[in-house]
Amino acid sequence: MKRTFWLFGLLLALALAVMPKAAFAQDPTPQPTPQATPSDDQVNAIAKTLYCPVCENIPLDVCPTLACEQWREQIREKLALGWDEQQIRDYFILQYGDRVVDEPPKRGLNWLAYIVPPVVFLVGAYVVYRVLRGRLHVTETGEGAPEPAPPEGDEYTARLEQELERRQ
Amino acid sequence: MKRSPRWGVLLAWLVVISLLVLIAVQLRSAMEGSVGEGQNAPVFTLQTFDGQTIGLEEMADKVVVVNFWASWCTPCEVEAADLQDAWEHYQPRGDVLFLGVDYVDTETEALEYLERFAITYPNGPDLGTRVSQAFRITGVPETYFIDKDGVLAYTKIGPFGSLGEIMDIVDGMLE
Repeated sequence: MKRTFWLFGLLLALALAVMPKAAFAQDPTPQPTPQATPSDDQVNAIAKTLYCPVCENIPLDVCPTLACEQWREQIREKLALGWDEQQIRDYFILQYGDRVVDEPPKRGLNWLAYIVPPVVFLVGAYVVYRVLRGRLHVTETGEGAPEPAPPEGDEYTARLEQELERRQ
Repeated sequence: MKRSPRWGVLLAWLVVISLLVLIAVQLRSAMEGSVGEGQNAPVFTLQTFDGQTIGLEEMADKVVVVNFWASWCTPCEVEAADLQDAWEHYQPRGDVLFLGVDYVDTETEALEYLERFAITYPNGPDLGTRVSQAFRITGVPETYFIDKDGVLAYTKIGPFGSLGEIMDIVDGMLE
């Protein structure tokens, strides 16, 4: 039982280590310095994490529609006002809903997107562990090994040998 | 070999089934088309660009014309003037309300659009795309006609061809 507990702890640590950064709290984002005209690179750094609902699955930085162009201009305006990336993302979520961001905000059912993958990984790892441990146990105790030869004088064996001799 | 506890298996199945149900519900709602005619229209509140809040109280006992539009939407421009003319025609009666819901737009361009077409009926942004999701719109422009009982009477997908087309629908609902 103790061993299982430690194994679970190890797997959890491993799962957390390999989980994408999306699952963690927001990384501190460097705050852009307010400036008259933010560059395209600064705008696109934020735009690539946003998606316009009109053009599904196309990040805002490469979306060619007029709607997306207007959104990019809006990012530029907000940067010029000194807003940071998080403030701009929050503004877009408020205006256009959760589906405009690449990582769903951590609330309500959105939590499933963060919790389910590591839980499924842990459960899978546990199942694999149980199966492997079971097989190892069988090998150690000899369970499942081929049946030993029947003792000499067994009637069935004698008849089988006779039959084989007869057919040769 | 020790068998897994039965409750663990049950719990695992419960989780899997719950997830499948959740996915099915989400898929079903995503696959549904617009709100059907004859159904109760979704209840919503619109915060207009000039700060008014228009909700159930303002819509009660009125024919409500809800137009979804955007400044980046070229077909919306085709019907903009006709919608405004229709509003000017019905506004004095007091029992018809036109509402413009600005879908996935930027405020600066939206206000320019309203000014360009001299639109005076209440218009506001679709904050969080809540109104468009409630109506399950498929694009813009789309217009929903709600009768005085709050039932969706008619849906127009795409732009109106003329002022007469709008008035025929509204007059039919006022009879």
